[in-house]
Amino acid sequence: MSILIDQNTKVIVQGITGRDGSFHAKQMKEYGTKVVGGVTPGKGGQEVEGIPVFNSVKEAKDKTGCDAAVIYVPAKFAKDAMLEDIANDIPLIVCITEGLPVVDMVEVKKALNAKPGCRLIGPNCPGLISPGKAKIGIMPGHIHKAGDIGVVSRSGTLTYEVVYNLTINDMGQSTCVGLGGDPIIGTRFVDVLKMFQEDPGTKAIVMVGEIGGGDEQLAADFIKKHVTKPVVSFIAGRTAPAGKRMGHAGAIISSGDSTAEAKMQMLRESGVIVIDFPDEIPQALASSLK
Amino acid sequence: MKIHEYQARNLFVEYGIPVADGDVAQTADEALKIARKSGFPVVIKAQVLVGGRGKAGGVKVVKDEAELTAEFNRIKNLNIKGYTVERILVAKAIDIKKEYYLAVTIDNIKGDVVIIASAEGGVEIEETAKTHPDKILKFYMQGVKTLDEGRWAPVAASLFSDVRLQKSCTSILQKLLKLFFEKDCSLAEINPFVINGEGNLMAADAKVIIDDNALDRHPELVALRDMKYEDADELEAKAKGLSFVKLEGNVGCIVNGAGLAMGTMDAVNLLGGRPANFLDVGGSSNPEKVLNALKIILRNKDIKVILINIFGGITRCDDIANGILTALKQIEIKVPLVIRLTGTNEKEAKALLTAAGMTTFTSMRQAVTEAVKASKN
Repeated sequence: MSILIDQNTKVIVQGITGRDGSFHAKQMKEYGTKVVGGVTPGKGGQEVEGIPVFNSVKEAKDKTGCDAAVIYVPAKFAKDAMLEDIANDIPLIVCITEGLPVVDMVEVKKALNAKPGCRLIGPNCPGLISPGKAKIGIMPGHIHKAGDIGVVSRSGTLTYEVVYNLTINDMGQSTCVGLGGDPIIGTRFVDVLKMFQEDPGTKAIVMVGEIGGGDEQLAADFIKKHVTKPVVSFIAGRTAPAGKRMGHAGAIISSGDSTAEAKMQMLRESGVIVIDFPDEIPQALASSLK
Repeated sequence: MKIHEYQARNLFVEYGIPVADGDVAQTADEALKIARKSGFPVVIKAQVLVGGRGKAGGVKVVKDEAELTAEFNRIKNLNIKGYTVERILVAKAIDIKKEYYLAVTIDNIKGDVVIIASAEGGVEIEETAKTHPDKILKFYMQGVKTLDEGRWAPVAASLFSDVRLQKSCTSILQKLLKLFFEKDCSLAEINPFVINGEGNLMAADAKVIIDDNALDRHPELVALRDMKYEDADELEAKAKGLSFVKLEGNVGCIVNGAGLAMGTMDAVNLLGGRPANFLDVGGSSNPEKVLNALKIILRNKDIKVILINIFGGITRCDDIANGILTALKQIEIKVPLVIRLTGTNEKEAKALLTAAGMTTFTSMRQAVTEAVKASKN
């Protein structure tokens, strides 16, 4: 089983005629995702890799009946792309784009709050994948394997590292969700933990966090109260200096409890197995699942 | 991006937020000119982008020209947490009757802009959060950018019972909000926000932090950057599409992806080594980036080994391999390279590097262990 996406999800690609949009649209389609259309204003009527291009999200939705959208547009247009999806009630919106000003996301959040039927993943995220069924994003499909471990992470390539270690140990994944590295994101750890807890096809959860913000702390609290399935976690940034942005806009230690050590401690106190190295995850999962 | 108090104060002036008369000075002469205009007593404050200037003696109220000259020169010679003092703000000393706190910032968890107000001014807001959390009042904007005074009357009412002060506070808050939105701030703070001897509200300090992701649309703010607080290498790396942060060790790191780059630094430390830097080459596998990364890292003469840890998703491992081989032809690399390439096109990458007489790792742990070993030679 899986959460959020599967082989029936119909995706449109915003920015499909751009370099990244066209490349990833092709990759997603080759993986088996139902990529039913793309959107680039002014290029309606064209085709990219056999995928029809439309002028607007409304047109694309009317013509294809899509239920998801993925955004590969530059930072200065990403807010409008998300707002357009929300205005058209697209149930799942995935924003890959990095570099959005934080106030843009405040505006997007406001629109989302008014539309409980819309879920945003990202921005600044690699997307999500239900191995063997569909991928919406930029992750390499071939390192994933279908199974029953749920993976949720703030990172991109670190997630691939974690998934790789699971796959080579024959621990397939139900769904892997990349939340994104920005300070304000559409979906948080708590949201995905809840979905994994409720998904009959997920029997254990791997959580990959990092310095900055309060998300892991909220997750620790939620796990203590509502998660019965085993959770194994790795937190990146133990050696990061305070006050410095470590790549991700959201990865900055601004107070004592946004350090990696503080998060690890809180998670341990909630019964999460916190390991020191990504390759220790399979062993930790195996022990917890006995 | 942080800016100095005097620069934030200039923004306050631009937006009509009341501040004491004054200006920034680089010499005692300039300071005297400013003080003669504003009148004594004046407060002089070291302009540094690090905390602790008060404790270091970087803030002083002076009553006449002789004291001003002496104290100005003393402060000019201070070293505050490793930084020298280039500029000192000189302003008419305010007869402070009471201190408050007023700021506009972003609550990331709520995803909203928030106004923070407190009757406890003049101390770090984090301190108040620990000692008197009930004294911190938060007013969320709920995604609306309105300056409409009816909306903000409750903020003023929460701090002042006097109607005249409420009106004045609301007016200042509107200006602070306008500044916050027009300049894409992540923080615009007045601490302390004071009532002066005449019973009027004014800003006795100014702090503004700009959202790094919005700098593209503010060349006028980029011009305010104090290069002394930026590492030239870090800025150069950024201009070349790399994220780079210097640390204190001797294992250079080149990694793709910020999370994996942090994880790599942590792994080096865990396995007994000391990472020299954080470096994310980003998603594209452009060989230029590998070359630039190596050049910047190699400027650090403490480097004993360079660990290249690539997990290729969209990044193609053979592109990275070609980048490394090109770099080796163009620059002299005297330290060992420990290379780990896993993912897209890893077979092709290994073939290329083996043909050039180089070994590669598939396991991150093994590569890190090897790099740490090399760093101890």
